[in-house]
Amino acid sequence: MSDIPEGTPKPEQLAQIRYKPPRRGWMDKPVELKKGTYCYSARSKFMEYLNLPNAREWNPTEGDWKLPADWKQTILDGMRERLTRFRSFRLFMDICVRCGACADKCHFFIGSGDPKNMPVLRAELLRSVYRNDFTAAGKILGRIAGARELTVDVLKEWYYYFYQCTECRRCSVYCPYGIDTAEITMLGRELLNLVGLNIGWTIEPCANCFRTGNHLGVQPHGFKDSIDFAVDELEEITGVRVEAPINKKGAEILFIAPSADYFASPHYYTLLGYLALFHEIGLDYTWSTYASEGGNFGLFTSHEMIKRLNAKMYAEAKRLGVKWILGGECGHMWRVVHQYMDTMNGPADFLEQPVSPVTGTRFENAKSTKMVHITEFTSDLIKNNKLKLDPSRNDHWRTTFHDSCNPARALGLFEEPRYVIKSVCNNFFEMPPNTIREHTFCCGSGAGLGNDENFEMRMRGGLPRANAVKYVNEKHDVNILLCICAIDKATLPVLMQYWVPGVEVGGIHEMVANALVMKGETKRETDMRGQPLNNAEEKEHV
Amino acid sequence: METIVLAGKTFEVDEDGFLQNPELWDDEVAKAFAPLEGITEMTDEHWNVVHYIRDYYLKFGVAPMIRKLCKETGCNLKKIYELFPSGPAKGACKIAGLPKPTGCV
Repeated sequence: MSDIPEGTPKPEQLAQIRYKPPRRGWMDKPVELKKGTYCYSARSKFMEYLNLPNAREWNPTEGDWKLPADWKQTILDGMRERLTRFRSFRLFMDICVRCGACADKCHFFIGSGDPKNMPVLRAELLRSVYRNDFTAAGKILGRIAGARELTVDVLKEWYYYFYQCTECRRCSVYCPYGIDTAEITMLGRELLNLVGLNIGWTIEPCANCFRTGNHLGVQPHGFKDSIDFAVDELEEITGVRVEAPINKKGAEILFIAPSADYFASPHYYTLLGYLALFHEIGLDYTWSTYASEGGNFGLFTSHEMIKRLNAKMYAEAKRLGVKWILGGECGHMWRVVHQYMDTMNGPADFLEQPVSPVTGTRFENAKSTKMVHITEFTSDLIKNNKLKLDPSRNDHWRTTFHDSCNPARALGLFEEPRYVIKSVCNNFFEMPPNTIREHTFCCGSGAGLGNDENFEMRMRGGLPRANAVKYVNEKHDVNILLCICAIDKATLPVLMQYWVPGVEVGGIHEMVANALVMKGETKRETDMRGQPLNNAEEKEHV
Repeated sequence: METIVLAGKTFEVDEDGFLQNPELWDDEVAKAFAPLEGITEMTDEHWNVVHYIRDYYLKFGVAPMIRKLCKETGCNLKKIYELFPSGPAKGACKIAGLPKPTGCV
């Protein structure tokens, strides 16, 4: 049983990392696309579906990338326009003093030793062109001032390294100037976009989202089929039949989760958690088959794409006539919601400031977006004693919590997830302080890099996170890594399989579902995964 | 676009070997793809999973939820991996002629 692609180096080989920089200057070394460390190109049919420029079939390993004749002018014009549009972009280009505080903070640098994965140098790939074409010093002094001309090789280097950044923003935490390297990557990718240099793993989900509302291309009847199945299975486990309203006009709350929650495992067990919880508190809510995706791979593509794909959330909230929106265990959705949605798709003046119908708590922080994170919602229920919980039903789990990058660093959500976990699990152990909360290490597969062809780089990038898990696994016998992001749930299991075998991955609301004592329930024989509860306990005592 | 020749026929596939024209699929195609996924012989157990995925795809346009696949075919995930060493998405769905699932999966 293995999700690890054939030909992947063994962990002990990958752990041999050379940090010694090459002798030659970085500008003199053209990029080399190594198998297992780069992303496939986007298919032309998906590019066409989104009206993206220069849709064609091309292969990054071939010499000719089939660029348009005026590619250079297009990129430089694109840079000029964005330097005017985004004050932050010009500031980030000008202000870096190359102090190196960020250099060893990137998981891809730690795991690969490649100097171009130091955030400072990754930004220099773009900054050198900025100097050459947009600053007086660069125009006069050229290379002495760190400037270089934009060539096809430079473009290829951008493609390779801007898709070796997961936009996790860990480096930004340590930058004394507050440079947001994720934004530099975002703009780098946006420029690549202008000449049709897109990766498959972001563009196909974007095209699917545009067509059906979700990454996977699930249509309304398929959505209903999956939710109905979950309702049946939840009844088998708990003895309680829940209702799961879909597209219900006039519901109080619209609930939006990542589509992987109703497709993949272990995401699915978190879906059971949502259904059980909402039933138990009698929430007047609805799912939507159109706003059927929290994730937004537009964030990994361009600002325009973020806006296009995110528009469905408010559009659907308006159509259904809800009061506010509750969001599920999705990671990057919260960067979009918290930092872009209000101005991009808002103002949502047709919605009300979120108030919990159960506790009466007003979510002041969601005043402008009208959207609340599920762990904020659930922790408030627990704080107000609205849930009956039996944490001993999670005693077979020894848990730790991976702060998913975006809820942590873009939303500032640190306490609520921990409060919920500690309320529903008796065994919780923190990973070392420099690897959690705002210092959290990325899964290594976010921002559209969760594809198989990039597997070696994912394992390299995930090494620091895996190392911290290994620590608590060895010290406290931790056997499950909890997280609140669908990309995490998709990619951490194989990261664990590779670096820390024996550690499972799960969601917080899976643990909530296990512990939640429901009115009229039958004796709980299994957890949400169907694992016998008693047997699991017996195993521990053997 | 890459092509692959199996059992005397030419198929368009993506970089990971997923069939690009799902409408061309039939049992013979599945048999031709099976050895590439480390399957020496397609047994009844293999067909049970492949046909379930295929029928679901024709009805819903996507692969079934993994949990549903396991339950309705009577194969737990471990069994699926035994039958299809690359797993449900990369192994079973590929042999059933479905496109590769993308996104947070």
